Amino acid sequence: MILQTRAIGKAFGSVLALREVSMGVAAGQVTCVLGDNGAGKSTLIKILSGVHRHDAGELLLDGVPVSFASPRAALDHGIATVYQDLAMIPLMSVWRNFFLGSEPRKSFGRFDVATARRVAREELHAMGIDIRDVDQPVGTLSGGERQSVAIARAVHLGARVLILDEPTSALGVKQAGVVLRYIARARDRGLGVVFITHNPHHAYPVGDRFLLLNRGTSLGEYAKADITRERLTSLMAGGAELEQLEHELRRE
Amino acid sequence: MTAVKADERLADVGRLRRTLIRPELGAVVGAIIVFAFFAAQSPVFRSPAGIANWLDPAATLGIMAVAIALLMIGGEFDLSAGVLTGTTGLILVTLATEYGVNVWLAMLISLAVALGIGSLNGIVVTRTKLPSFIVTLGSFLMLQGINLGVTKLITGTVQVSGLRTAPGFESARVIFAGTIQIGQVHFRVAILWWLTATALATWVLMRTRAGNWIFAAGGNEQAARAVGVPAARTKIALFMTTAFAAWLVGSIMALRYTSVQANIGIGQEFIYIIAAVIGGCLLTGGYGSAIGAAIGAVIFGMADKGIVFLGWDADWFKFFLGAMLLLATLANRLVRRYAEEVKR
Repeated sequence: MILQTRAIGKAFGSVLALREVSMGVAAGQVTCVLGDNGAGKSTLIKILSGVHRHDAGELLLDGVPVSFASPRAALDHGIATVYQDLAMIPLMSVWRNFFLGSEPRKSFGRFDVATARRVAREELHAMGIDIRDVDQPVGTLSGGERQSVAIARAVHLGARVLILDEPTSALGVKQAGVVLRYIARARDRGLGVVFITHNPHHAYPVGDRFLLLNRGTSLGEYAKADITRERLTSLMAGGAELEQLEHELRRE
Repeated sequence: MTAVKADERLADVGRLRRTLIRPELGAVVGAIIVFAFFAAQSPVFRSPAGIANWLDPAATLGIMAVAIALLMIGGEFDLSAGVLTGTTGLILVTLATEYGVNVWLAMLISLAVALGIGSLNGIVVTRTKLPSFIVTLGSFLMLQGINLGVTKLITGTVQVSGLRTAPGFESARVIFAGTIQIGQVHFRVAILWWLTATALATWVLMRTRAGNWIFAAGGNEQAARAVGVPAARTKIALFMTTAFAAWLVGSIMALRYTSVQANIGIGQEFIYIIAAVIGGCLLTGGYGSAIGAAIGAVIFGMADKGIVFLGWDADWFKFFLGAMLLLATLANRLVRRYAEEVKR
């Protein structure tokens, strides 16, 4: 396990946003975090990515307890996070976005523009992302392409753990498929991926482990061998609740 | 395969559109039209002496417009920049004439004060997350009051003068307010400062990581911060850059006229912003160009002097100001819509 939590918790005032959640992500594996709105998914990833500090339990990096002071600190430890809505800056070109915050430098702090352009093109190509022109503004890319570029960026910048916050939730079926393919590719390059989603149909094909969250607490962490897609879906939707709903909606 | 081919063709059109829609494009077209308009009617306007004449206001305005452009690309405004040119000039002249301080030392002190005010603007804006429009409107009014109040307290009038006899005046004047002769024509040295500022700002924007951070801080501050860009520090540095430019222009004006009115610079802040907008800066930040702002300043220089050359009433300048601003904003909106449109 690269990154692990042990009975981790976080409270905002009197609200216990997260209680006793244990999960882990290993190199070359995808851990899916599933849960409905308000289940504590975002609180969990914000702890992993250094936005919040946990106030109970332990966060372990390579088996050593850590606590990240800022997203920058997490990034410096190789934990990169791609947020759903703020992954990219729309008015800036693809290559400028690609190296934002980690610009390659020449002497006197000059931005090595030629290298940045070339590497961005090469890396996107290596991930199988077909961007016609790295000079085009990111705003002209589709949502799926943006997520893909953000994933390629994290991979290139040497991330060991990639946290993806609902990368597929705003996308159509086809676009979501494209993003899932890049998640698999990042995994194949040896990264540990934490994939947050509320869609079990996106999670099941690509995931190795599944953490289910409900109302701030864990419903259990399962290896793929221990759970079927149907069971995952029903747990996710709150099983009994779904049956109840089906019953209610049935035509008389 | 036909689908792929059609896609490639579409991409080519996109590339053409992109090269056409540079942030500076509107300003360049505008400058050509304005030049042609005045040059056709006034032989003086197109003569070398005439050009030297209208490049001068373009230069002093341009230094500020370029700094304001950087700040606007970084997503902030500075309404106190105009009055700050007055503050720095007043400090310089007051120290040199009333307290016998060497002009160079007085300039250093006024620079320190300017940078202090700039960083204060920046710190308040980044800490409180209040709109910079409000914060700098506050510092604008406060500086305006200080300029008048302190000047009256010290001199009993609303101006300070007599810089010519101060120690170190001549050497400072040559560097900041002198002229350079090319052929028969004297060009103000301010033009050189302006060109230097434009080149430097363009280089920083396009070829340094600070430039990347400026675009990012203005484009989407949260996203920038999420990937490790020090957005707050970048913005504070931008406010200090604006203050530095205000100091430069304030010093140039003070050394040129050897006296400073306490109400100088009021109203200029909007002209800087307008020049930057004509040069392609979006009011919402994240997009723009230093060269564009410099060209925007040229348009103002030409209109300012051209209206006089034609013997028109100077009131028409205000009409021109408004018309240019409206046209530029409309052009910019098209650019933004293009850049942000999401392909299906």
